[in-house]
Amino acid sequence: MESIKDKVAIIGAGCTKFGENWDKSYEDMVIDAAQEALTDAGLEIKDIDAFWAATQDTTVFSSSISIPLKINYKPVGRVENACGTGSEGVRVAAYALAAKMYDTAMIIGFEKMKDTGWAGIGAIGRVVPGGEPPVSTPGMYAFTAVRYFHHYGLSPQDGKEMLAKIAVKSHYNGALCPKAHFQRKITLEQAMNAPIMAWPLGLFDCCAVSDGAAAVIITRSELAKKFREDPVYIKSIQTLTDACDGYVRDDYDYVHFETDYRFAQMLYKEAGIKNPRKEISSIELHDCFTIAEAVSLEDFGISPRGKVKEDIDAGVFNLDGELPVNTDGGLKCFGHPVGATGLRQMYEQYKQLQGKAQRPERQLKNPKLMMIHARGGWPGHTIPVGAILGR
Amino acid sequence: MAGITLYGAYIPLYRLDRAQIANAWGVPGAPGEKAVANYDEDSITMSVAACLDCLGNMDRQQVDGLFLATTTSPFREKQAAAIVARAVDLRPDALTTDYVNSLRGGTLALKAALDAVESGSLKQVLVVAADCRLGAAQGMREFTLGDGAAALLVGKSDMIARVAGFHTVYSDLMDVWRAEGDRFVRSWEDRFAIDKGYTQTVAGVASAVMKSCRLSPKDIAKAALYNPEPRSHQGLARALGLDPMSQIQDTLFFSAGNTGTAQVFMRLVEVLEEAKAGDKILMASYGDGSDAFILEVTEDISKIGGRQGIKGHVGVKKNLRNYEAYARIRQLIPIEPLPRPPKLIPSAVAQWRQSKQNLALYGSKCKHCGKPQYPVQRVCAYCSSVDNFEPYRFSDKKATLFTYSFDNLGFAVTDVPPVGGGVINFEAGGRMLCQMADCDQEEAKIGMPMEMAFRKLYQAEGIPAYCWKAKPAR
Repeated sequence: MESIKDKVAIIGAGCTKFGENWDKSYEDMVIDAAQEALTDAGLEIKDIDAFWAATQDTTVFSSSISIPLKINYKPVGRVENACGTGSEGVRVAAYALAAKMYDTAMIIGFEKMKDTGWAGIGAIGRVVPGGEPPVSTPGMYAFTAVRYFHHYGLSPQDGKEMLAKIAVKSHYNGALCPKAHFQRKITLEQAMNAPIMAWPLGLFDCCAVSDGAAAVIITRSELAKKFREDPVYIKSIQTLTDACDGYVRDDYDYVHFETDYRFAQMLYKEAGIKNPRKEISSIELHDCFTIAEAVSLEDFGISPRGKVKEDIDAGVFNLDGELPVNTDGGLKCFGHPVGATGLRQMYEQYKQLQGKAQRPERQLKNPKLMMIHARGGWPGHTIPVGAILGR
Repeated sequence: MAGITLYGAYIPLYRLDRAQIANAWGVPGAPGEKAVANYDEDSITMSVAACLDCLGNMDRQQVDGLFLATTTSPFREKQAAAIVARAVDLRPDALTTDYVNSLRGGTLALKAALDAVESGSLKQVLVVAADCRLGAAQGMREFTLGDGAAALLVGKSDMIARVAGFHTVYSDLMDVWRAEGDRFVRSWEDRFAIDKGYTQTVAGVASAVMKSCRLSPKDIAKAALYNPEPRSHQGLARALGLDPMSQIQDTLFFSAGNTGTAQVFMRLVEVLEEAKAGDKILMASYGDGSDAFILEVTEDISKIGGRQGIKGHVGVKKNLRNYEAYARIRQLIPIEPLPRPPKLIPSAVAQWRQSKQNLALYGSKCKHCGKPQYPVQRVCAYCSSVDNFEPYRFSDKKATLFTYSFDNLGFAVTDVPPVGGGVINFEAGGRMLCQMADCDQEEAKIGMPMEMAFRKLYQAEGIPAYCWKAKPAR
């Protein structure tokens, strides 16, 4: 199998403010994100050879982006892969570029979640029940949290505290991020005592539901230096799906996500990483819920199984720690407009690698290899999409 | 002659202490409590529970018919018995009938079943009665009415009680009724309704049936008689020459309430739970007339095995914390809807295609590796064999709780948050992710024993979505 390593480079990226963008339509956000990316790359829209629209359910046609941006007579595709939609757009575009079909491509991810009027993503359930019950996403992730505490012998208090520390860390980072949905620090007490969504997950254990858009422009590596002197290279990009039979088979343990574990292995292999904890400078991972962040760090082999709590307690994942996680506040605080998330993660890592983090307090010293990871679905039904970026 | 071979019953978990009703309205109280069907229960779900309790381990293919009686069918046009028959997993050619709109529906269904078995046209018939009637707020019926169900299997061999006599009378009296569109039971003034309606009618029919069997009052071991509320038994007992203390089965009123069409059968089950061979039982219903039976208990009464019946349900209860909780569950007060996505309208096509899977809870068992799976997996989740499976029923299988979740973002107005979800592992193999029924967050424990319960998930555009939930095995 071929490797994508160093075949494709990011030369421009843009990201709107995420949040309750009542006064912005999806078209407005698409234009804003695209313009920022084009300005960053020093290009105009007519310079881009191919486009992909990345959205879960805000719109359905590829013309969703060609209409507002006035893209004429260019190939435009549309991708969807649950919460990994944005990264999936980059993945398919990168493969097209590696096949030398185009010189440049732009992927624009967007989601307008706050027009619906309901709180949260909504029930997961088919038109006829049979199989999974209609439960909210916090309800689905609570299954893992409850089982994790039981499996590893964490008392409810210790378990909730572990999750609360993740929330506190993310809010600290988010407060340093002018484009984030939530920009306020919280205390451990606030996190522990917040209203419960689905025990043990409280208000601060659940990511924001937000409007937003982000865009990334990529080119073939041999052309990258034409556009800028500090392109960021894609070292690996992967996705993985399985039969999602965690609630059909009676032997799934509910305390890890097998797809994410294997996805990380493939990502490291493609990028040539032998010791992820040492070689990766920071991870933007899919912290839809604090428990998801905890489990992911074990799935990625960063912390040993059942032991992520020790690393959290030691501050390993804090902004000033050994391996900062979600330096822009993550889904938790930056927000989670589904189609835009993977691209927002790339935006942050791209800016970090260029030394251009929006607030200097957030800038990492000398970042080398940066990981991004988005995961669609819920325990028993997980679909990770992500990449490793570097200079 | 035909009779009863098996019995079963069901009382919902929740109870409302009558003192709480009195408190809510500032009126004098009444003793005991009433059973309250949960927000996801109705006459169909309660009928399924009673039928499964009745049938136990017997081969369901042997049941030739299901006659269902209720005054609270969720439908004005659509047969409830067909849904119950599907959930209980009866043969497609079983004869299904609804006996609706009369408190006498249960005994009318029983008479029809006995006649069918006697004539040989059917061999075994399941007769089930269920009711969840509502009394208007602050009225007497709010105190007295309760929810419940009972089922009897009618046959000709291995009877535990043989029917020795029957007598009937019909009546057009407007004493207790609901007209089209009425939600709450109406009644004419009590003194007239009890004296001229209830007491006179039942006394007449019960006396006639005793006489036809050459029995005097002292020959009756126990009487399972319908009565609207405790005091009304007194007059009837006097008229029949029965001693209310020792001969009339009446305790259920204080633990479940007046359960309408189901009441006489539930009382009969109570009587049969304590009966001895040779006992003569008088059973009489009331509603648009009266049906009276004499039953003779046989030797086989001692062979009837474990079932929950009434004894197993009476003590298994949780008290609603206040009147408002009752009003919430029974949707007496309009509740502010939460900002949630609208319910998907169930697809009748998908329901038809998945009927065995959803209503009878059938999954598949791989013929190659032997693992049971739900829902049906054409490609085995374990060994990947394709289209190599046999149907496998999960509704009667025991399970334990693997993990759980209590979701406060409950979905429909009728859902009472938090909505419990469970991942359960079946002892004989297989797993299910489903909602939990009748389970509070405090009592959920990983590893606790669970069993399946037939419930209503929700309704949209007049189409109900019935399914199975997991509930703690109590």
